[in-house]
Amino acid sequence: MSLWEYANPVKFMRLSGAVLPWVTAAAAVTLVGGLIWGFSVPEDYKQGATVKIMFLHVPAAMMAINIWVMMLVTSLIWLIRRHHVSALAARAAAPVGAVMTVIALVTGAVWGQPMWGTWWEWDPRLTSFLILFLFYLGYMALWAAIENPDSAADLTGVLCLVGSVFALLSRYAVNFWNQGLHQGATISVAPGDRISSVYSYPLYTCMAGFFLLFLALLLVRTRTEIRRRRTAALLAREVRG
Amino acid sequence: MIVELGKYAVPVLSAWAISLALIVALVVQTLAASARARRDLERVEPPRKTQQESRRG
Repeated sequence: MSLWEYANPVKFMRLSGAVLPWVTAAAAVTLVGGLIWGFSVPEDYKQGATVKIMFLHVPAAMMAINIWVMMLVTSLIWLIRRHHVSALAARAAAPVGAVMTVIALVTGAVWGQPMWGTWWEWDPRLTSFLILFLFYLGYMALWAAIENPDSAADLTGVLCLVGSVFALLSRYAVNFWNQGLHQGATISVAPGDRISSVYSYPLYTCMAGFFLLFLALLLVRTRTEIRRRRTAALLAREVRG
Repeated sequence: MIVELGKYAVPVLSAWAISLALIVALVVQTLAASARARRDLERVEPPRKTQQESRRG
């Protein structure tokens, strides 16, 4: 059995229909549990209660970047192998990625005001994240603007390749330029300051919850796109007689 | 469980409220679009009966 078999919409619908209830249940339990745990952690000695914002900001920012990377992979599969399900999965993921980017930007601004004394700074990471959000908007607009689905998938695939520069930049901008306000990675395997386990465990749980939420939404949204495509094809066949 | 937020109550609660509202809106929009797509498809292609249903007539 090959992975490419699931590029067949019928097989994808069958498999996704079977796993969706389990993924949804896991997402609900992990996300709700992680968020309750994160909201109830004690105050940080430096950040005070604003540390609780981290449990939304970090997973949302992580997902904003990773969803774009997922879109890049599925767009490449479309461009190289012409599997329709992969193009539809990229389209389905974009609104989720855009919402994650907004959450990361808003929570970052709300945290930054009391901690940095400013809502916004043209810092490399913040700026590249804002550009990533604009790419998400452009990507969705391009899908909506082009009538032919294959042409739309081609052009959005190319846009996704270009936007990947900003997705990677927003991840590594802190390492490239040191003049920004934004601190380095919250979680790192490198030696140095480590986040206390009081915060890291609920943070890992929230990250898992955000990932599972994305997976559940991606499955539902991809199934929706496949149904829409099927409906359009059947209606077109009826019109042709 | 009483959570003390001290002087940062406004930023913490607003960040959480905005984020949760966005997540809920995304989930609701996803489910609504899914239900609409399913309905539209069933209108042009009624769901096929399973073998068991066919045997029952």
